[in-house]
Amino acid sequence: MKKPTMDELNVEDKLVLTLYISGMSQKSMEAIENLKWMCDKYLKDSFDLEIIDIYKNPKLASEQHIVFSPSLLKRYPLPKKTLVGTLSDTKKVLKSLGITIDK
Amino acid sequence: METLLKTPTGIGGLDEITNGGFPKGRPVLICGSAGCGKTLFAAQFLVKGITDYNEPGVFMSFEETAKDLTQNFESLGFDFEKLKAEKKLQIDHVHIERSEIEETGEYDLEGIFIRLNYAIDSIGAKRVVLDTIESLFSGMQNMALLRSEIRRLFTWLKEKGVTTVITGERGENSLTRQGLEEYVSDCVILLDFRVIEQIATRRLRIVKFRGSTHGTNEYPFLIGENGISVLPVTSLMLDYKSPTEIISTGLPGLDNLFSTGGIYRASSTLITGNAGTSKTILASHFAMSSCKRNEPTLFFSFEESPEQLVRNMATIGIDFEQAIKSKLLHIQASRPSLQGLELHLMVLNKLLDELKPRTVIIDPISSLITIGNTNEVRAMLVRLMDTLKKKQINALFTSLTYDGQSEYNNSTVDAVSSLADTWIDLKNEARNNERARSLLIVKSRGMGHSNNQHDFLITGKGFQFTSSNKK
Repeated sequence: MKKPTMDELNVEDKLVLTLYISGMSQKSMEAIENLKWMCDKYLKDSFDLEIIDIYKNPKLASEQHIVFSPSLLKRYPLPKKTLVGTLSDTKKVLKSLGITIDK
Repeated sequence: METLLKTPTGIGGLDEITNGGFPKGRPVLICGSAGCGKTLFAAQFLVKGITDYNEPGVFMSFEETAKDLTQNFESLGFDFEKLKAEKKLQIDHVHIERSEIEETGEYDLEGIFIRLNYAIDSIGAKRVVLDTIESLFSGMQNMALLRSEIRRLFTWLKEKGVTTVITGERGENSLTRQGLEEYVSDCVILLDFRVIEQIATRRLRIVKFRGSTHGTNEYPFLIGENGISVLPVTSLMLDYKSPTEIISTGLPGLDNLFSTGGIYRASSTLITGNAGTSKTILASHFAMSSCKRNEPTLFFSFEESPEQLVRNMATIGIDFEQAIKSKLLHIQASRPSLQGLELHLMVLNKLLDELKPRTVIIDPISSLITIGNTNEVRAMLVRLMDTLKKKQINALFTSLTYDGQSEYNNSTVDAVSSLADTWIDLKNEARNNERARSLLIVKSRGMGHSNNQHDFLITGKGFQFTSSNKK
């Protein structure tokens, strides 16, 4: 997929993200890779990411209403969003996270 | 050959139809349109599993919150809070906020797997309910992926060895909207809710039950105060005990017309006659004889209120009031059309459990015909009589016949007469400018009986044979 190659980004505030994965599954690994790539490229240090393996914290899965895996939860800024899947649709991910890319 | 193990369903009557219950450790699909009782069915399976069979259960709800579920089933006596506290029940509400969800690539349902696995293992669950898993589909784009995940989930549940009840909303051209029936190959049950002639009836049908024989009929089921019960129409067997004890009909004159000096205990008696032929009086004598034996008696009155019945019977010397006071007699009056047939039967069943009567009178059973078609009434009467026989209860039914209409050609009589052990026909005729009442025993199983027509009078002391007229 063609990645956006814009120079500047406007990140309104620091993003607080939690990525829920299920062990070392292929989809989980893909999600981590995609997220890392995007964060490095667009967010620099303006984000806070926690990765939780629901296999190790099964109780959390229920408490946090996790259904789909992998799931990326954007806690802040509001509105909350849950991005499900491998995060391979970069455009959609950035849009959902509220990251606008200026020309 | 490996036999299929069964798990009791906890739903009254269903084990009978399914020859022992659901297939153990396999998924069962319950489908039906909205409001047909799917969630209740599932909840009862779970709760009864815990309380009656000591099998802990997990309720995964995709629609209602744990709080709502708890409240909804409180009225049926399902105490979710208590079962949860005892670590016998786990409720997990799967809440998905559609507006917050974005699909950004391939995903799986590991969240559900992990939550279920955790819930099952934490209480050692043997039963699982998924209500209604199809809700997952709404708002999602990748249907193919969800479908394959759900298929994987069912397989996983099977491997886990839990008996799972999955509910599904009826689709337009298929049993469920998402075609779940394709994945649940072991047992599929369809619930149906219909309104026929203004009377609501619920029906249940087993669509598929792999590796097991099962009843193929549509069975009526009820949602009562204690949950769902299915009423098998024809699966009851003719295997009740037949006592040889003889009881009185309440009238020595009538008793003498039988070679045994009375009728058998736990037999059923039918009294037919036109309007005003003293059917209720005969029934009342029968009720009093039961009270005199100190046996609880239940009198179903479909035409008169208890007060009216008490007043009227007092005029001919039948003291119902005393019998009611001593708690031997219970008069249950209701309009036949107030409830559907099934509900009448349920009220009766409930009273049978509560009062444990030894004698039951239904006056008149012909009123019930006004609220259902002949087949339905017949089916209900068969079930009713079987229930009474099973419980060894003396039963007496009156049935109204109309002038000009032969008692041999009346639909209710038709339905009841072949089931009744004793059949007494009452007549009113004009003879010499006088109305003459007479009684004829049409049949009485297992005993000799008088073949004559016996005249009688209704006096201040009730029913009296005019012996002079005895031929």
